[in-house]
Amino acid sequence: MDKISYKKIVDRHKPKETRFMNAVIAFIVGGLVGVLGQFLIDFYSSWLSIPSQDATSYMIVTLVFISCLFTALGFFDKWVTFAKCGLIIPITGFAHSMMSSGMEYKHEGPIFGVGANLFKLAGSVILYGIVAAWFFGMIRFYFLGGV
Amino acid sequence: MIYVYSFLFSGFVCLLGQIILDNTKLTAGHITSIFVVVGAALDTFSFYDKIITYVGGGALVPITSFGHSLIHGALMKAEEMGFMGLLMGMFDLTASGITAAIIFSFLLLLVFKPRN
Repeated sequence: MDKISYKKIVDRHKPKETRFMNAVIAFIVGGLVGVLGQFLIDFYSSWLSIPSQDATSYMIVTLVFISCLFTALGFFDKWVTFAKCGLIIPITGFAHSMMSSGMEYKHEGPIFGVGANLFKLAGSVILYGIVAAWFFGMIRFYFLGGV
Repeated sequence: MIYVYSFLFSGFVCLLGQIILDNTKLTAGHITSIFVVVGAALDTFSFYDKIITYVGGGALVPITSFGHSLIHGALMKAEEMGFMGLLMGMFDLTASGITAAIIFSFLLLLVFKPRN
């Protein structure tokens, strides 16, 4: 069987409209995570009576803890396969990538397993984030007048 | 009202990510890295600050706010220290998130066993 006819058969059996449904699910789940973030900021700032700037850190730590715990318990992976970018783009995806690569390589030991692979996916976010923040920070600091 | 804005903005960012993921060959790792760079780039003209004042938590949850926090911490330190401040203050605002992720995942890895 040549490549073209094979591709035709594959296209015929591909599920239709999954792209549209994926986008809708990602929109709804991502929006709900955003609402949860805003709710946690309001909750912490009224409960601990702190400014909302500080409550932001509490909110991020809470979301990170929730996604680490749910990944460890095993059902966050299913949520991520269902919602895809709805849970990968928020900060929950950052924590999930660290926790899941840690779980995957745990059997290779504490140094070459967990230690070397914990930042396997999150490392690229930190690397490119820092390079970009340094570059754009230079521009804003020297040419656009700082903060 | 801020909850509606949070929902719309956070959902919109995730929607963009999902459209890129489905229609190109880029993986989730590419997309999160691109979005961090976009967040830092939007903050060059303090555009992301304005979004946060209108949208609140919805703009702080997506990974774009990670780039925004990196550049903001660097600039706040650069105000007092000059060039070295850009290097010293880089992690000031994001440290809580990264440290929490490291500590929680380490402690949970000690307790839980991976399952297939």
